Amino acid sequence: MITLGVDIGSLTGKALILKDNEILAWDMTLTGPDSVETGTAVTNGALAKAGLELEDMDLVVSTGYGRIVIPFAHKNVSEITCHAKGANWFFPSARTILDMGGQDCKAIRCDAAGKVTDFAMNDKCAAGAGRSMGIMAELVGVPLADLGGLSLQAQGAGVPISSVCVVFARSEVLAYLRGGVSKGDILAGACEALASRVRGLLKRVGTAPDFVISGGIAKNVGVVRRLEESLGMKASICFEPQIVGALGAAIFGRELLAKRAAAAAGKGAAR
Amino acid sequence: MRANYGYADGSGEYFITVDTDACDGCGDCARACPKGIFEIAPDDYDEPKARVKDEHAKTLGAVCPGWHAACAAHTGPNCHTACARSAIAHSW
Repeated sequence: MITLGVDIGSLTGKALILKDNEILAWDMTLTGPDSVETGTAVTNGALAKAGLELEDMDLVVSTGYGRIVIPFAHKNVSEITCHAKGANWFFPSARTILDMGGQDCKAIRCDAAGKVTDFAMNDKCAAGAGRSMGIMAELVGVPLADLGGLSLQAQGAGVPISSVCVVFARSEVLAYLRGGVSKGDILAGACEALASRVRGLLKRVGTAPDFVISGGIAKNVGVVRRLEESLGMKASICFEPQIVGALGAAIFGRELLAKRAAAAAGKGAAR
Repeated sequence: MRANYGYADGSGEYFITVDTDACDGCGDCARACPKGIFEIAPDDYDEPKARVKDEHAKTLGAVCPGWHAACAAHTGPNCHTACARSAIAHSW
């Protein structure tokens, strides 16, 4: 059984091909203005890597911000369900999942089967999400990938960034830069500000081990360390945290096919 | 599943929680809410469930007066009294 999961996020599009329980291939690209184009491009990328055609897919499930518009998807499923399933695949002991994406953050609780039991989502604005980190990196003039590490070089807790809004936080950071505050101290403040916003979401759903972080910010060691310290728990992060949603979508597809097959077999037996 | 719709900001926490295991998608809450906050829509497993409309999730504190803050003291129709399964809760 081969299923394809397509996750069109606000910043990146991901596609992943799952054969039975094995990841065959995955691809990732920046989300352009056209979600259909992004979905097609990233799907073709994953198919090429696996040496397969779209026709070889038994089911295609889309998720993410742009999930409704993917024309070749048989089913669209919320990111919340998908991230729980994806995290459960990588870490079966996962009970708390924090998905920190480009435009929103989700705190999810799930059971041993990867079924969601509780969730809360911050999508009011992008302040507590990846895009704000991108803006901070640009302002300070460091590559996004280095931001987390630099923030850990700060003396102490760094400078406070109190503005919730990224536009106002930008002014705060500019003032710090003009005042000669070090990049590390500013980035420490930015990471701490993001972590503190996410803590509120986690408080709403409660935290239980094991704790998994997915999404792009899982790659930001500055935010991850600060969350780990305040929760007193080590975070489990898979080798590519940005594909967890696409993986979950592919798993959802596999389970849906199995359920349909079981229903059809049941009908056959009844006859 | 406890689905928390809403947000916390400087003015407080505004979350409406729908217990989707208790909810049977009857729609009584959607009809009772004077602000029209709820809708019934299929979830990921194609079962009808009550949910907070997307357009209201980001402005809940301004649209919904709150259960503890207002509706609990009123006798008029509201989501809590309408729900026979006690599937809806408010944080404020």
